[in-house]
Amino acid sequence: MPARLLQGSDAVAQAAIAAGCRFFAGYPMLPFTDLLESMAKRMPAAGGVCMNAESEIEAVNMTLGAGAAGSRAATGSCGQGIALMQEAIAEAALNEVPFVVFNMARGQQDYFQCTRGGGWGDYRTICLAPKDVTEAVEQTQLLFHLADLYRAPVIMYGDYLISHTYMSVDVEPVEFGPLPPKDWALDGTRGGTGRSRQIWTWAMGKANDPGPGPDLHWQRIADKFEDVARAEQRWESFSCEDADTVIVSFGTAAPFVEQVVGELRSDGCPVGAFRPVSLWPFPEAALSDACASASKVLVFEVNAGQMIDDVRLAIGGRVPVVPIGRVSIDFSGMRQGEILTVPWIRDRVRGLIGEGALR
Amino acid sequence: MSVGTSGGPPSAAARKVAEALAPLQLSGEHHLCPGCGHPVAWRLLLEVISELELSTKAIGVVGHGCYTNIVSLADIDFLQCLHGRAPAVATGVKRVRPEAAVFTLQGDGDLASEGLAEVLHAAARGERITVIMLNNGVFGDTGGQMTAASVVGQRTKTSLDGREPEDHGYPVPVADLVAALPGVAYVARGAVNNAGSIAKTKRYMKRAFQVAVEGEGFSFVEVLTMCPTGWFLPTADGPGYLEGTFEKTFPLGALKGS
Repeated sequence: MPARLLQGSDAVAQAAIAAGCRFFAGYPMLPFTDLLESMAKRMPAAGGVCMNAESEIEAVNMTLGAGAAGSRAATGSCGQGIALMQEAIAEAALNEVPFVVFNMARGQQDYFQCTRGGGWGDYRTICLAPKDVTEAVEQTQLLFHLADLYRAPVIMYGDYLISHTYMSVDVEPVEFGPLPPKDWALDGTRGGTGRSRQIWTWAMGKANDPGPGPDLHWQRIADKFEDVARAEQRWESFSCEDADTVIVSFGTAAPFVEQVVGELRSDGCPVGAFRPVSLWPFPEAALSDACASASKVLVFEVNAGQMIDDVRLAIGGRVPVVPIGRVSIDFSGMRQGEILTVPWIRDRVRGLIGEGALR
Repeated sequence: MSVGTSGGPPSAAARKVAEALAPLQLSGEHHLCPGCGHPVAWRLLLEVISELELSTKAIGVVGHGCYTNIVSLADIDFLQCLHGRAPAVATGVKRVRPEAAVFTLQGDGDLASEGLAEVLHAAARGERITVIMLNNGVFGDTGGQMTAASVVGQRTKTSLDGREPEDHGYPVPVADLVAALPGVAYVARGAVNNAGSIAKTKRYMKRAFQVAVEGEGFSFVEVLTMCPTGWFLPTADGPGYLEGTFEKTFPLGALKGS
């Protein structure tokens, strides 16, 4: 299929359907609303269901039901709505029901929410953050694969720019390799055979086939997330090999930082950029390696400092880690004054690395 | 309890237990109190599913409550979900498996208190699911606190002098609210405190499953059940208290459909 000019939300909707998503539920809330509208428009022709749910709580629980019944399912919202969904996301992590959550956020203040959750229990949530619409299309399909691979809810941390930007993209189904059969899904056909199934967070089985019980079940899930943490780290680095200063950023803020790094490099300034693509698992070792020659690490994020905690854990106190981001209360999170302009970031970086570093 | 033996024929007592099992029931331990009405309602549900030949189509979604453990004793697919959210979860199940007989089993604390929005919206959407609410007027699983369905004057651990409307408001008649909605095909309220009510309740459940499976719309059966422990009553007084108090607030019978 040739590339077409698509609005980000519509591109993500098409990518989800291409990935086999056949159930979607959401509650309108900008900038997520456009994705919900695209799904409502496109899902019937794909033979799927799109529910305009009466609340975010209903939306995520409908999605959990569809996922438990074996369908590729997704929901979404933005930060405030995702907050309402956290209980069910935790539930799904613990009873191992896969689905995708699209956080079309109003900015970057949902980092803790997306990477630390807010539900109960020992669980983690794979979270990918695209830098643009093209990557959002790729990640959408990858996320459905990862959800099924690990039987877990997963999150895409998009935002207003992902949702509303028009970009020329090519939405083609992508193969990510084999997946285990969904022989755990509830279809109702085994009643009375002694092989009926049960899904719940405490993993109590049937009287004739007792499950592992909560302790063993939860330990197995904890072990699973340890495996995920090792296997699913994704990142991108730019000119870090000999960098004296590395600037870390994520999502749609990262291209602005990369532009600054490119400009400063052309001025002879030894700076580099690092972007965690997976916010959880956070690419700690890769970041540490990227900062091997650095004497300073700067963190640009559009919030009061959230990802910086993960950066500091990765750096381990070897060099100073300095926040250079700012809180944005703008509805898009991206258009308040000078926050996301290349000159603002460039000036801020120059001020911190010192004029001596420049020719 | 198990009816299996290591040698020789099963004892008369073991045979009696085996013969008493409901269809689709797996023998095993439970933690319900003496005098609890839930097992009767549960048996009716299994009999109905079996008699309508839905055992290879049924998917149950349960909330949280004393009855939740019973799902381990039934040979039916079950999804145990968050408190109050079962109608939303069941919606997702039914929409992707329209051929399934999808039902929820919830208590009054689960459905009338925590999950009122979910059940009303599922009803208003006319989801082709069956919702069974076991109403004993208390949060039994957590030890007997007041729910949205506790009746006026009822003593609970959080209404020690009895539910006072001035302080606690009035009980929510969920079945009546559901019956008022256009997407709803069938609503009835039964009880399990005597043989006559039990027989009627089974008919209500059967009709409720039929209309949902046949695609007529949403169906809802409220079942008044006994909780002598939560009511601070001797076990034997449960059925009488149900008739004398709960039935006055929640009259029995079919409220919508036939």
